[in-house]
Amino acid sequence: MAQAIERFVPDGSTVALGVALEPLIPFAAGHEIIRQQRRNLELVGPISDSLFDQLIGAGCVRRVTAAWVGNVSEGLAHCYRRACEQEVPRALEVRDHSNFSISLALWAAAWNVPSLPTRTLLGSDILRTNPDLSTVDDLVEVKAVRPDVAIVHVQRADELGRAHAWGPLGISEEAGLAAGRIVISCEELVDASVTLSDPNRILFPETKVAAVVHEPGGAHPSPVQGFFKRDHAFHRDYADRSRTVEGFDAWLHEWVLDVPDRGEYLKRVDAEALRIKQHRPSVPSDFGYE
Amino acid sequence: MSEEFTPQELMVAVASREIRDGDVVFVGMRLPILAYAVARNSHAPQARGLFEVGLMRDQPASAFLGTMGDPPNVAGALWATRMSNAMALMAQGEVDLGFIGGAEVDRFGNLNTSYVGDPRRPKVKLPGSGGGADIAILSRRWVTLMSHEPRRLVEKVSFVTSPGYGDGSPGWRKRNGLLGGGPVAIITTLGVLRFPEGGGEAYLASVHPGHAVDEVVAQTGWPLQVSDRVSETSAPTDSELAAIRLFDPEGFWTRS
Repeated sequence: MAQAIERFVPDGSTVALGVALEPLIPFAAGHEIIRQQRRNLELVGPISDSLFDQLIGAGCVRRVTAAWVGNVSEGLAHCYRRACEQEVPRALEVRDHSNFSISLALWAAAWNVPSLPTRTLLGSDILRTNPDLSTVDDLVEVKAVRPDVAIVHVQRADELGRAHAWGPLGISEEAGLAAGRIVISCEELVDASVTLSDPNRILFPETKVAAVVHEPGGAHPSPVQGFFKRDHAFHRDYADRSRTVEGFDAWLHEWVLDVPDRGEYLKRVDAEALRIKQHRPSVPSDFGYE
Repeated sequence: MSEEFTPQELMVAVASREIRDGDVVFVGMRLPILAYAVARNSHAPQARGLFEVGLMRDQPASAFLGTMGDPPNVAGALWATRMSNAMALMAQGEVDLGFIGGAEVDRFGNLNTSYVGDPRRPKVKLPGSGGGADIAILSRRWVTLMSHEPRRLVEKVSFVTSPGYGDGSPGWRKRNGLLGGGPVAIITTLGVLRFPEGGGEAYLASVHPGHAVDEVVAQTGWPLQVSDRVSETSAPTDSELAAIRLFDPEGFWTRS
């Protein structure tokens, strides 16, 4: 993971994260970005749960282009509030979207057009504050948003970048197609015979994938269908402790800065209690042809 | 009269009654997830839930949900897909009812979940729209739930994240090209506010048990109109309470 972040997330990058909404959030990648003290990032996403808040609190971010920044089960994002209200730890530019409009902004970039029209956001003040949105002929034009890199956590991938993800996908596909390149982290690193047995489930063209990181538990505390439940208590603890700058700094040391990698991090959570044990595999599809 | 209940349990029960049988419901987060489960278990067995994460369900999830993307909500889904596909249904007017959480609301049902104060240097930065603006603009009708306080039910919201009836003038939504019909109810911790047919200004339709009309008016940031036929909100029935406690066994949403 350290190599992937070092190589593909330089200072000043536009980074799409948390694009499956509540599940599959690449927290391990985000924490490595914090450890490497990346600066002046633009974060792109729909709702990020608490990962965007952590990156903002750690001072990595200059701009957020997103529909929502908070803590899904707990509410407000305290670092995001401090950045917007008090410029702590630094000033933050916000380009507000709705979930629908950020999806369209990424589809526009994926299809290489300057913008896409929509009926959403008519009558919303989001049109007044975000310069990437305008009204033309009673429709809203959503300007393309092109991330330099999309970081996506999936259930399994092979070493050539064929990723299998299942469950709801949020805006993963448009984020990956819009991005210059994709970094995958996965629960299981599998043989190509597994991924290629079901090409419908491959999330991205391998030509877009720059790195694959085998990072089991890399989405904790977010859920991974078939692997891990969501750690609600962990989110509540983060919400409580991040209310103050001091509390957040102590949290960041305990869970990110003083932790060398995800392997060590996982020893500090009760991963067994969160691991999904009752499996429900789907019926295989038949790709026979003669 | 049923047994004791919390304000959140009452809000869930009231919200569930807004769901009609056969509705496609854009469910949202928190209390509406429970409201959907209660409705499915009682008067709306043919309702379907649509979740912006990219899911459609019929049966409510069989275990507790902290978010719509939790694994129990995915297992047994009718459709697991991308968000833009869920939005496609709403853009075509095929979502009957949406739920939106609000931080501030005004008398015309405009919701603010973005900024308190000047957006350039806000007094409070709220999380933002999420799918709220999309639901407010595109669903056929929608409902919001919030705590009833003067700082939340305000004369004028600082920022319209999710438009209701705009400036309240007749036909405002249509003139501005908004597809859906707009808000039909604001369910609070004290009562239920409703809107006249075709939209406009909210009025007090019912007061929750244990509260008085004067109290609700005093806790509202504008001179609240009160219906001539204002009633007491029906308390949760035993079966509604049983369903709520089945889907929120630890009281994560309804007893904290």
